[in-house]
Amino acid sequence: MTLGPLLIGIYVFVLAGFVGFEMITKVPPTLHTPLMSGANAISGITIVGAVAAATTASPTISNILGFIAIITATINVVGGFLVTDRMLRMFGKKKK
Amino acid sequence: MSHEVIRSTLVPIIYLLSTVLFIFGIKQLAKVKTSRRGNTIAGVGMLLAIIGALLELGVVDYRWIGGGLILGAFIGALFAIRVQMTAMPEMVALFNGFGGIASALVASSVYWSVVIEKKAPGTVYEALGTDEAITVMLSILIGGVTFTGSLVALLKLQGRLRKGQPILLPARHFITFGLLFASVVAGGIAVAAGAPDSMVWVLSLAGGALVLGVLLTIPIGGADMPVVVSLLNSYSGLAASMAGFVIGNPLLIIGGAMVGAAGLILTQIMCVAMNRSLLNVLVGGFGVTDGGGGGSDEYTSVTSCGPEEAAMVLENAESVIIVPGYGLAVAQAQHAVRELADLLKSRGTKVTYGIHPVAGRMPGHMNVLLAEADVPYEELLEMDVINPEFKNTDVVIVLGANDVVNPVASKDPTSPIAGMPILNAHEARSVFVVKRSLSPGYAGIKNELFEYDNTMMVFGDAKKVLQGLIGEVKSL
Repeated sequence: MTLGPLLIGIYVFVLAGFVGFEMITKVPPTLHTPLMSGANAISGITIVGAVAAATTASPTISNILGFIAIITATINVVGGFLVTDRMLRMFGKKKK
Repeated sequence: MSHEVIRSTLVPIIYLLSTVLFIFGIKQLAKVKTSRRGNTIAGVGMLLAIIGALLELGVVDYRWIGGGLILGAFIGALFAIRVQMTAMPEMVALFNGFGGIASALVASSVYWSVVIEKKAPGTVYEALGTDEAITVMLSILIGGVTFTGSLVALLKLQGRLRKGQPILLPARHFITFGLLFASVVAGGIAVAAGAPDSMVWVLSLAGGALVLGVLLTIPIGGADMPVVVSLLNSYSGLAASMAGFVIGNPLLIIGGAMVGAAGLILTQIMCVAMNRSLLNVLVGGFGVTDGGGGGSDEYTSVTSCGPEEAAMVLENAESVIIVPGYGLAVAQAQHAVRELADLLKSRGTKVTYGIHPVAGRMPGHMNVLLAEADVPYEELLEMDVINPEFKNTDVVIVLGANDVVNPVASKDPTSPIAGMPILNAHEARSVFVVKRSLSPGYAGIKNELFEYDNTMMVFGDAKKVLQGLIGEVKSL
């Protein structure tokens, strides 16, 4: 059996989905929001594709699309991780 | 190291490391003790991924890349630092939308550069490769839906779009499914079309996806937004995964798939908490359909009292459970409620909080708000834990919650909320319901609890009432 790139991709996709399911089940409700916003930040991983889409200085449409993709993905990544950290800092500061 | 070695060996290792950090990060994020560290670990994974991506590019023109990264980081940080904790659902929805559109744009950019700008001969699938061509279209579809869907959710959460009420177009199911079908067909034609002709089909697909996001979200009411936001979160992961197939990068496939799974689980948790199917939520229109319930919607025997009377009952209570809802967030009363709880605790009263899974506008909304006010999370008890406690409790204070304490859910099988698990607030000796008026909650039905003999309504804004209560208890 030889796997082409598409099939390898599908294998990876399905297995990663299972990993996601396994990790998230039984999360305490307290963490629902931070988990969602943290996961959301990870979905900004598309930034890796975005930087590869704006590699020249010419103002072509593909470059501009890539440029906007970089901006939106970075907002998602930076904003997402920072806001999650802000929330979790609040959870952590309870004093006894 | 030559660039070839960097690309073929170093970069894949960096991506693998980044994947491992994501998995560790999410795993730790899901536990209270380690959650903050988990978020940081995932953040480091992301930083590594970006470094890997830049190394993979080698020497290119970095001006647009750098500009985009700096601008995006600045805007993102500004949002994250300035947002109020009460506006967190809106923030999550907005970031979600950005993630979705980014994936759609990446796919569009690949299509545009390979097919249109390089004037590829033959069809789109010959130019891009069949798998890539199909996943380009899927990225645009899912990313586009995520983007406008999230923006509509944002407006609904802000109460701007008809105050969050469902908007029901005539023949909406027909229109929505028709448009979905048409978009998929347009994407299919674009894959098979000759390169120059495909542009109009790709644009149709993009337009269809953007309209579809709006159509899918407008019929869903404000209080169902926890489900919608979780689901859109899942979509944004899926869109990133599809973009991963387009550029052949397993890191995107893995990261996206994990986010997709996480979003689906949260969606499922929210649906179970309302005893409704995902389909029922997505079809929308909940709470607006039948106004014709007859005279039974009128309240007949409601008693109300002011803060003074309530304070006197509280004074003698040994145990108090506070049940917060969306009204707490609206009134920004999280600090006032903590103050009251502290005051009662200093007088020897046991105070806990009963948190319904769908209280508020996003999963875990109440927990975030109360954490902001320094309420220890051990005092926030889940529905299953707190429900047996109500019958041994002297006083329950319901703060801006409605449907989640309506006993009709377990009594009347014809009710719209029949079977929804509720907090059994009515079993307590006395119940104070702090609410601005007798207006119905999200489900649009009367709340029987308000007529119970042991229930007293305290009308007013949650924050003002709490401040009144604090003053009264102090002066006792």
